[in-house]
Amino acid sequence: MYVAVKGGEKAIDAAHDWLAEVRRGDPAVAELSLAQIREQMSLAVDRVMSEGSLHDPDLAALAIKQSRGDLIEAIFLIRAYRTTLPRFGASHPIKTDTMQCQRRVSATFKDVPGGQILGPTFDYTHRLLDFKLAAEGAVPDAPVEDDPDLLAERKPHVMGFLNKDSLIETAEPDDETPPDLTRAPMELPANRALRLQNLTRADEGFLLGLAYSTQRGYARNHAFVGELRIGKVAVEMDIPELGFAVEIGEITVTECETVNQFKGSKTEPPQFTRGYGLVFGQCERKAISMALVDRALRWKELGEDNAGAPAQDEEFVLSHSDNIQATGFLEHIKLPHYVDFQSELELIRSIRAAANAAQQDTKITAE
Amino acid sequence: MDDQTKRKNWMGLLAKSAPPTMEELCAPLSATHSFDWLRQPETGGVMVRGRTGGTGSAFNMGEVTVTRCSLRLKCGAVGHAYVQGRDKAHATQAALVDALMQTAQAEHVEQDILQPLRQQRMQQQAAIQGRANATKVDFFTMVRGDD
Repeated sequence: MYVAVKGGEKAIDAAHDWLAEVRRGDPAVAELSLAQIREQMSLAVDRVMSEGSLHDPDLAALAIKQSRGDLIEAIFLIRAYRTTLPRFGASHPIKTDTMQCQRRVSATFKDVPGGQILGPTFDYTHRLLDFKLAAEGAVPDAPVEDDPDLLAERKPHVMGFLNKDSLIETAEPDDETPPDLTRAPMELPANRALRLQNLTRADEGFLLGLAYSTQRGYARNHAFVGELRIGKVAVEMDIPELGFAVEIGEITVTECETVNQFKGSKTEPPQFTRGYGLVFGQCERKAISMALVDRALRWKELGEDNAGAPAQDEEFVLSHSDNIQATGFLEHIKLPHYVDFQSELELIRSIRAAANAAQQDTKITAE
Repeated sequence: MDDQTKRKNWMGLLAKSAPPTMEELCAPLSATHSFDWLRQPETGGVMVRGRTGGTGSAFNMGEVTVTRCSLRLKCGAVGHAYVQGRDKAHATQAALVDALMQTAQAEHVEQDILQPLRQQRMQQQAAIQGRANATKVDFFTMVRGDD
């Protein structure tokens, strides 16, 4: 039980003022602008948008500044803001096959139609500190290859090629309205749509750990990255005033499809199965982790055995993936619990007294 | 192209354009045209959906901030806007352009605003595409020799 405490206003105000001062840091050093955070800390911005569950780079930059770079605190601020927004509606599902890819790689097909595009990646860097960045300096221009033929080139999903040979399970569309955990409390067992919504806003570290556990053998499902793509897609929505759909914006997303080995089960033939990750912004590690965990959670519908692994346990994964829920509960234990603790103290004292008395009694009897 | 498709296209273009560019191009319009609000600009959220496996059942990803408004010109033409972000001026300019595109001034608006926006958009896309092309990679597998 949490009993409210009163008082401390003066100390709290002073603490907040000090926080503001510390947030600013040394005034002799130039202050960060939101545009600087948005443009130069863009992957932090993307993470805050994806786990904050709200796509708005400027707000994410503000949240990062306000939280002194504590990304979970920033995500908290975005989640709180999100709840104040009236909901205008839902978009049509984004068409990731029409994405203008800035990155698109496949670990399974070397010669994929549309080509492999590395994009602005950390892959193949040496992970050595670059001291040139410590000194201010001009950035060399990235090479540009103008090829009008490539501009219009479509980049179909890699999975489509395996589909043709029935070597991989298909993903057929339907007209069902997906459940929304921001509108109705999450219920278990959850269908895949609800699981994916939970995973796409889940903590990256939590998903990474779970995904890694499947690779190390806890419900191993032999995942390959069939395709990873990052780029802009249009967001289209039905406009009630008009009676037709219009593109209302454009967002960057990361999509990962895994191809997983599957020997077949009582209900399914031997074929490749799939895991899916789709995340706001450029969040590659998160998207791959999401796909692995999505696949692990599908054991029941594929008729696989429950290996008792954490990543297969829907209740465990979905109930502990949200870092705002987690941090809220975890951090509340540092707030005043004096009455709670007082009662615990009383209890321990009375138990001890009873135990002591009993000991005395036995001693006396023994004598 | 029918009227609905045309309108769909310009509304999409206006929504996807950057607020500073819109400001620059639309400033003369905002100064010369008066209108009545049917709906004042308001910011809200739109739930973005994806599809399982890219092609399967829909699921909810997360929201995007959107600002919308509706206005009526003195001549009676009604303009609507739904634009990404929280910029009320952007939404107002988009609704104004939408309304004007349904009047006799459509040709001018097309030339002075939509064409430059389209041009800028194509340049931005080409810039990304050009960089992407330069990082296009051909992996090849090595054949292991037996000797």
